Amino acid sequence: MNVSSIGKPLTRVDGRAKVTGTARYAADFNQPGQLYAVIVSATVGLGRVTEIASTEVERMPGVVAVITHRNAQKLPYLPHKGVIDPAVGERLHVLQDDQVHFYGQPVAIVVADNLDHAERAAAALRITYAARRPLVDHADRTIERIAPKSADGSRGDADVAVTQAPVMIDEAYEIARENHNPMEPHATTAAWSGDRLTLWSKSQYLVNEQAEIAAVFGLPVENVEVICPFIGGAFGTSLRTWPHVTLAALAARQTGRTVKLVLSRKQMFFTTGHRPRTLQRIALGATPDGKLTGVIHEGTGETSRYEQFTEALTAATAYLYSCPNVRTQYRLAQLDTSTPNHMRGPGEASGIFALESAMDELSYKLGIDPIELRRRNEPRRDEAENKPFSSRSLMQCYELGSERFGWARRTPEPRSMRDGRLLIGLGAATATYPAYHAPASARVRLLADGLAEVEAAASDMGPGTYTSMTQVAAEFLGLPPEQVRFRLGQSAYPQTPSHGGSWTMASVGSAIRAACVEAQAQAASRAVADSGSPVFEASVDDLEWSEGRLRRRGDASPGMSYRDIIARTGTPVEAEGSAQRDPEVAEGYSMHSFGAVFAEVAIDPDVGTIRVRRIVGAYGIGRVVNPLLARSQCTGGMIGGIGMALMERTVLDPRDGRPVNAHMADYLMPVNLDVPKLEAYFVDEVDPHVNPLGVKGLGEIALVGTAPAIANAVFHATGRRVRSLPIHIEDVLTA
Amino acid sequence: MFPFTLEKPRSTEDAIAAAASGARFIAGGTTLIDLMREQVECPDRLIDINSLPFGGIRVEGEDLVIGALARMAEVAADPNVQRLQPLIAESLIEGASPQLRNMASMGGNLLQRVRCPYFRMLDAGCNKRTPGSGCAAIDGLNSGHAILGTSDHCVATHPSDVAVALVALDATMRVKGPQGERSFPVEELFRLPGDTPHLEHTLLPGELIVEIRVPGGPHSRRARYLKVRDRASYEFALVSAAAALSIEDGVIREVRLAVGGVGTRPWRLRDCEAALVGTRPERRAFEEAAQLARQGARPLRHNQFKVELLPRTVVRALALAGEVA
Repeated sequence: MNVSSIGKPLTRVDGRAKVTGTARYAADFNQPGQLYAVIVSATVGLGRVTEIASTEVERMPGVVAVITHRNAQKLPYLPHKGVIDPAVGERLHVLQDDQVHFYGQPVAIVVADNLDHAERAAAALRITYAARRPLVDHADRTIERIAPKSADGSRGDADVAVTQAPVMIDEAYEIARENHNPMEPHATTAAWSGDRLTLWSKSQYLVNEQAEIAAVFGLPVENVEVICPFIGGAFGTSLRTWPHVTLAALAARQTGRTVKLVLSRKQMFFTTGHRPRTLQRIALGATPDGKLTGVIHEGTGETSRYEQFTEALTAATAYLYSCPNVRTQYRLAQLDTSTPNHMRGPGEASGIFALESAMDELSYKLGIDPIELRRRNEPRRDEAENKPFSSRSLMQCYELGSERFGWARRTPEPRSMRDGRLLIGLGAATATYPAYHAPASARVRLLADGLAEVEAAASDMGPGTYTSMTQVAAEFLGLPPEQVRFRLGQSAYPQTPSHGGSWTMASVGSAIRAACVEAQAQAASRAVADSGSPVFEASVDDLEWSEGRLRRRGDASPGMSYRDIIARTGTPVEAEGSAQRDPEVAEGYSMHSFGAVFAEVAIDPDVGTIRVRRIVGAYGIGRVVNPLLARSQCTGGMIGGIGMALMERTVLDPRDGRPVNAHMADYLMPVNLDVPKLEAYFVDEVDPHVNPLGVKGLGEIALVGTAPAIANAVFHATGRRVRSLPIHIEDVLTA
Repeated sequence: MFPFTLEKPRSTEDAIAAAASGARFIAGGTTLIDLMREQVECPDRLIDINSLPFGGIRVEGEDLVIGALARMAEVAADPNVQRLQPLIAESLIEGASPQLRNMASMGGNLLQRVRCPYFRMLDAGCNKRTPGSGCAAIDGLNSGHAILGTSDHCVATHPSDVAVALVALDATMRVKGPQGERSFPVEELFRLPGDTPHLEHTLLPGELIVEIRVPGGPHSRRARYLKVRDRASYEFALVSAAAALSIEDGVIREVRLAVGGVGTRPWRLRDCEAALVGTRPERRAFEEAAQLARQGARPLRHNQFKVELLPRTVVRALALAGEVA
């Protein structure tokens, strides 16, 4: 038996480095003699560049180069699509022609000897455009809707079922565009050595950044190296390799010097993705006792003209509840904007808001408690895929959450609960997200001093990957976590999938487990071949590892430690391991995480201020590797959900498509005073199917469900159903 | 940021002389540096006035005297301010963030620039930033903009919270300039935009605010500041209201009422005040008087809710001040 590391509340192994400032983020990697680049962004929303007055700017102090489509190197832009790139369309080619596709598109890059000089020159660069009015309003009916591949799904006849249902809900929902707004800006430093390129660059997907930039510049993949040991928050914005990475590399190539490029906060609203604004319709049909007879979910997202970004907006509707007649439809409106991107809880967070708001509406119409309504529609299996769930604890989540939240004190009638003058509302909503798994690999090196080094090309944008992977390696090597050194953030390490989609723990964790098992096998082989070892010539099958020591089964001797084995030759044991989900298991089960989220709001009936007083979430996510980190993940997701429900909205000026509030004072996100008591609980759930670790992922589901729980609480408090997020004072003022 | 020189003056006279010849004063720098980073302001010469003797807070008779260089945080925490003019402390705490309040001076607070997003976008029309370039907000996104005191050239609100309290309390300010000293009501510091929105205040070239004087009275203790906004902190007001009441024998003897977030300058509500004097401090009276607050309101496309939110905020602030449920 090993002393278990998995499940322990280990504090962050990188915590000290972060709070003492020794952790180095992308913009912290300065190189001697580097130049500074500043992007000049288009100030029109559509059209072309007609004139660039670069000559005078080139003569400004410190300026080394002004690079525009007129003098930029023509780049090969070989085909490349990573898992996170849109399947249809072609990425933006920067500085390759005079076309402006959206407001804020990079149209020039100014390179100078220091940042001040570069900023000043960039501001002085006069560019003339032939501009047209862009189409940026998704609700504009004249915009053509396109149907992406596999966008629609259906079972039974939902339209007939809804029309004939004794009780019906049919409503429209809207969610504003949001930007990720992590604390750390995007940053890339690019250094060429001949035809080899090193990028110190903020990335959630290093091996894809490596492959993408290799393709853009027509290089062999191995000629590009990407380094990113720390990420100061990302929420999905660093999944793709955006144009600024190409621009940094291009500027470095054209100047022959190392170039550092950091985006401004404003520029982070231009070309680094956003949660697309969505328009949705939900129609529900039900029997008077609350059994769903038909569900229709139609949704439209926004995308750019040059790529079709799709997300799983309607996916959860197909499996969340039991219903014989379900129809889902997904469309895209192509706008003159940049391409959206995955943002925490992508697709599900938006789709679930609509579905869970409608379920809440239905509960009032039926006079059935909202949780009871969900219980009456709890499916026994995934009715869309017609297969069993690998595990599903939604009802246990509702039970645990109800109890901790005190749902029983809720009086059903809207406007029936008060605290002094304030209107109090309690709301609940379901959360769900798929338990994904992608092929990954990892390396374990057992050193002569007894330490284990573990490496994978993964990222840690904040969930605590450094810590949780250390725990996984410690668990399977039988070592205390202090003897494990886990490293990530280099493209040269064994390949991992993108750090997003809540699959890092499942994918990289399983690969580390495999690498540990392989390292132990190699160490055992070495021991049995060693004439000086106590297990010399033993059959490997007769040996066992326990707490990092090798001995014959049933033998009471101390056995051999890794250090004992390795010290005899001095050569470290190095093993790689890979893992992926067994296709038969993947085919056989529907794999998702589930949760129940509860929110309490207090609304001032005079002036309409809405404050969240409490959020409780209960989740079934398989095994919890580290309860401290898991709780932290959940509270972070809940705060993101408060933002989605009550604050976040990127506002575009319809005249030129500019984001008007591209500023931290104007793009509202929760501050400490907006964050109430947040509680996260995990139901005991054993899922033997998802992966060898039994983990289902947590990062995304932590945001899903919070916004509808809050919106449902707002209705309970006021009797006003707000179907458009974010909910602001003006929406409840006259309620 | 563009290059500039930063000078420490040897005396107040030096500082004033420098400013009269085009230099800009800098105290906390929380507005100016921000705007310089965004290249909205590009002064080439800054005079650091922090060493000049205009800090501190003192009491003279019934008056509270606040040095122009006193920091927002310092004033908010001052026992005399809390005791004599709690409205000022409350309005300061509702403003900005702790970091900004630690740096920002009282004089600078009054002179802070507007938060209209187009003012900060060099590629958008803004008559305040670039006279004659038009106003992008009037036909653009304007949910945060003013409904009172606007013109066809500018619709930006004045962003200060404490200015609303000072205007309500009939505070005066003392300034020093090349021609000597003068004092005038804080309310007269702020200009309406008219057709010259780039002229925001009535200070003459080189004039420096040195102190703010707040007269005390029976209304001072029964005074509250209410700031309404979509997040609980670190956001400018959608609507705010400063209300101070003097009540004798169950009847309102005196009222001071000013609002923020709705006007192009801190907006005193004298008609509401007049309507309340002699009435009982009851919700119905507050509601009737508050209707007068929106006289002359000119809502824009996205800020019509302010016409409704304004009287509601006034009622609530009066209720808080009068301790009426």
